Amino acid sequence: MVLASDVLVAQNIGFAIIAGVMVLGGINVVTSKNVVRAALSLVLVMAGAAAQYILLAAEFVAVTQVLVYIGAVMVLILFGVMLTRAKLGKDIELNNKNIAVAAPVALLLLGVMVYVLAKGFSDTKLPTDTPPVSNQSISDLIFKPYLLPFWALSFVLLAAVIGAIVLARKD
Amino acid sequence: MLVTQFLILSAVLFCTGVYGVIVRKNAVLVLMSIELILNSVNINLLAFDRLNNSAHGNVFALYVIAVAAAEVGVGLAMVLLIFRNRKTIALDDLSEMKG
Repeated sequence: MVLASDVLVAQNIGFAIIAGVMVLGGINVVTSKNVVRAALSLVLVMAGAAAQYILLAAEFVAVTQVLVYIGAVMVLILFGVMLTRAKLGKDIELNNKNIAVAAPVALLLLGVMVYVLAKGFSDTKLPTDTPPVSNQSISDLIFKPYLLPFWALSFVLLAAVIGAIVLARKD
Repeated sequence: MLVTQFLILSAVLFCTGVYGVIVRKNAVLVLMSIELILNSVNINLLAFDRLNNSAHGNVFALYVIAVAAAEVGVGLAMVLLIFRNRKTIALDDLSEMKG
């Protein structure tokens, strides 16, 4: 039985507002006729995701999301948009003819996933009394059990940097 | 808060991203849809992390963010190269490898 004191009203209202903004922004990313507008909607979705991470008590990941996604990845994407098209304004040919495939695939996937999740986790509540994950425990995990993936990730980033320079160089 | 609300939000974002990957023709927009998918995965990881009161999902989410940054860098470099050689980034026109 759910008591009134168990329901976190403020958090739920915040979640609903942010989730609505994220879903509308995501739909705008995939349907907008304007590339720049789609990119700015993606910023909205990423900022909303960072807010959801705060609600999930993961501050470090939220700050990293803001720095890396909104700060770096979005600048890269906007550079890509700027360098690959001549004019601002409406692009007509952004979509292909695959909407007859895409819409059923997406809706079917959504239906199956929502059904399974609602059935499997129907009343599972997130804990409210446990403290948030500390940065110390995250760094302990990164530098002890996940050290090898961390090295691999460093090499991936190095290879990506060198590869991007080699690919995008003029000569 | 229920864990289902975060999982369903993540499912909605994932399906939006899948729709975008299939329906978009512009290569930069396809990359943006892939970012939507990666973000939804991160929400999932952190929701289960909170549910199980562990920190492993945080580490996975950080690694996903790093891999996504690398992927966008290389992907946009490839898009720029294609644009320089062909003056277009419409993915439907890149059909040389079709049998």
